[in-house]
Amino acid sequence: MNMNEPLFIISREDWSLHRKGHQDQLRHLEKVKEAIKKNLPDLVSEENIILSKGKDVVKIPIRSLDEYRIRYNYNKNQHIGQGNGDSKVGDVIARDGEPGKGPGKGQGAGDQPGVDYYEAEITVEELEEMLFSEMELPNLQQKQQDEIIVSDIRFNDIRKKGLMGNIDKKRTLLEAIKRNAQNGFKQVQNISEDDLRFKTWEEIVYPHSNAVILAMMDTSGSMGILEKYVARSFFFWMVRFLRTRYEKVEVVFIAHHTEAKEVSEEEFFTKGESGGTICSSAYRKALEIIGERYSPSLYNIYPFHFSDGDNLTSDNERCVKLVKELMGVSNMFCYGEVNQYNRHSTLMSAYKHMNDSKFKYAIIREKGEVYKALTTFFRKEGT
Amino acid sequence: MSEMMKKLERAVDEITEIAKGFGLDFYPMRYEICPADIIYTFGAYGMPTRFSHWSFGKTFHRMKLQYDLGLSKIYELVINSNPCYAFLLEGNSLIQNKMIVAHVLAHCDFFKNNMHFSKTNRNMVESMAATAERLRSYEMKYGKEKVENFLDAVLAIQEHIDPGLTSRQFEWKENEPMPKDKRVSEYHDLWKLEEVKETKEENDELQNNRRFPPRPEKDLLLFIEEFSPNLEEWQRDILTIMREEMLYFWPQIETKIMNEGWASYWHQRIIREMDLTEEETVEFAKLNSGVIQPSPTSINPYYLGLKILEDIEKRWDHPTEEEMRKFNRKPGKGREKIFEVREIENDLSFIRNYLTKELVDEMDMYVFAKQGNDWTITEKTWEYVRDQLVNNKVNGGFPYLLVKDGDYLRNGELYIYHQYETIELDIKYLEKTMPYIYFLWGKSIHMETMIEQRKVLFTYDGKKCHRRFL
Repeated sequence: MNMNEPLFIISREDWSLHRKGHQDQLRHLEKVKEAIKKNLPDLVSEENIILSKGKDVVKIPIRSLDEYRIRYNYNKNQHIGQGNGDSKVGDVIARDGEPGKGPGKGQGAGDQPGVDYYEAEITVEELEEMLFSEMELPNLQQKQQDEIIVSDIRFNDIRKKGLMGNIDKKRTLLEAIKRNAQNGFKQVQNISEDDLRFKTWEEIVYPHSNAVILAMMDTSGSMGILEKYVARSFFFWMVRFLRTRYEKVEVVFIAHHTEAKEVSEEEFFTKGESGGTICSSAYRKALEIIGERYSPSLYNIYPFHFSDGDNLTSDNERCVKLVKELMGVSNMFCYGEVNQYNRHSTLMSAYKHMNDSKFKYAIIREKGEVYKALTTFFRKEGT
Repeated sequence: MSEMMKKLERAVDEITEIAKGFGLDFYPMRYEICPADIIYTFGAYGMPTRFSHWSFGKTFHRMKLQYDLGLSKIYELVINSNPCYAFLLEGNSLIQNKMIVAHVLAHCDFFKNNMHFSKTNRNMVESMAATAERLRSYEMKYGKEKVENFLDAVLAIQEHIDPGLTSRQFEWKENEPMPKDKRVSEYHDLWKLEEVKETKEENDELQNNRRFPPRPEKDLLLFIEEFSPNLEEWQRDILTIMREEMLYFWPQIETKIMNEGWASYWHQRIIREMDLTEEETVEFAKLNSGVIQPSPTSINPYYLGLKILEDIEKRWDHPTEEEMRKFNRKPGKGREKIFEVREIENDLSFIRNYLTKELVDEMDMYVFAKQGNDWTITEKTWEYVRDQLVNNKVNGGFPYLLVKDGDYLRNGELYIYHQYETIELDIKYLEKTMPYIYFLWGKSIHMETMIEQRKVLFTYDGKKCHRRFL
């Protein structure tokens, strides 16, 4: 050792620019978001969310963010611990779910098994933000110019001139402090004209169109638990999507078995029915409602129909005819079939030959495919 | 300079003198006082200057959160380097800092004198800063995501090195003849002691059975770096970097109990030599008991290490009649003995050689395991406790893997063998790690291990992981 070198140096530096931990933490959060995005198909059919009516914070296990490595199975290993002097063979020292007391202070992370996966908390709004950013009402057309332009204002800018009522006190004061400090004053002497800062707004204009959704759901006896669940979760997200993204979208709910009737939203999502299936009844009802209330010259019309496809065979031909009629007045017709056993369905076989770009369909075999149906029907142009 | 800093400086001066007087031998010290988020950043990365990766961000976040909630606190961080860097948490009280400085000096003495550290790079702070810079340049050149994906894969197998191979040289040559006995067992190397020259016929026969590698290789990282057919230069460089960092950290992993015990032993002895005020004495007692507090569900290395060292000192200060006769021990050699122990042992040998029946009983140590939903004490026999503790420390506590075949099925596939002792692997984790190895190797990966006393072979072919019993 060099004799001139001191044995020790104590120093204290400015660390404020050292942000590495925070930066990598940010990257980790980004990865959490990505992982949630990848999990969307599962989350969309998550029962908790549908049942909570979208109010809760959901906890999502994110397995893809584990740092996988080859390690021992903690549960099958034998470990060493220490008692207070009176421990006996057979004593229970911890139970699963209530971890034992942590080791002494000053100790690092230790070799305790961590939680098996990283759990992210996410609000339903955040989830919607991610989900809905990929969706839009396709083929939306402008109808009747004067109803379309919606303008809104948004305070998003700071300027030196403005209305006294919109003064930004905090920023004005900061400016005054800065100017005074530059002139060598420790305290604010005065506030000059030049210090004033105002909040200003911007007008945002976005085109908006009138649209109506005709949500038709099969409630016949053949619709089992899964079928109903899938149809409901689809409509649940659809309705939330429309309500958050579009201001002027109306939704009409039609429930049908052998006959169709217009029901309230509440009834639509809760009521169980039974009986046979005649799908044409729903289409006829839809056409009737369009004729009465939603003129195609004023409205973008989107009929959606969810069924298990188990239609009365003799009704199929009529259905095809009515769907064509509906497409004549609509922007698009969407048919979702819940078919978990992949059986040869009657209604779908009739629609197979439908050769129209307005006709869209999705076949759902399991819960996870609700997401697929959503993105099929509401795909953004060009994606 | 503030009053506090002056006081600290005087205290450090005194502590340094006392430590030297006790015979502790350390590098020049650099103490740095830092705010909490800096200490926690260094804690998460293990180093002040390491490369960036999201997993460090995740650890940092968790540690910082625990600090913010008052659940745990790191008081100091010390780096094995010359000069030795020690980071003290801003806001520590003077007595806290006194204890920490004494503690840190003993750590530094350990780094400098324990033989397992003798080959560690003492300029690692600078090395890591340089490699971090290089990784950043790779990110610029090849894209952040590409580098990150590669790091994800390497970090998944980073522990699987051979800490004995510091020179980057395998113990075998590519064309060396196969060993005579093809059944390679864990005691294989013992046979070499009486190996005789092979006859020519045997040699020819072996030529046809050539294996690659000729002997199982433990250093998975080095093996992949040298022989994976589809790595680019920068990727091999990253493997070298990761391996070097693991070689640097390895002695710390395998001397945790000793190192913390040594530091706790000395901070107590050094503080006892100092004049403390009444308040300081009380605060020190509280701090000290916090540090060495035992835990029912794990081993506190500070406590265990300290107890064993104190016991060694006692036994060598006052040897029994029998010990004096049989081993020619002389009384009063306790201090000398623990200095010798700190020089030559690691946790494995330390526990195996010095954990006694009396200590296991006194500390009320036990073995516990899961029975149903309960974690239950299953064994209290002292030898069993000792051996289980040793078992859990083998290979740094990581499963012991060997590359058995780098050209499996004559198709360049990688066959890895888990040397099963008594503990099964975490299957879920194994199946998730295999794709990473596949990514590095570029061809199917096979992993042999044991489940419920049966041999199983896991195979990942780039699409799916399947298993079959052998």
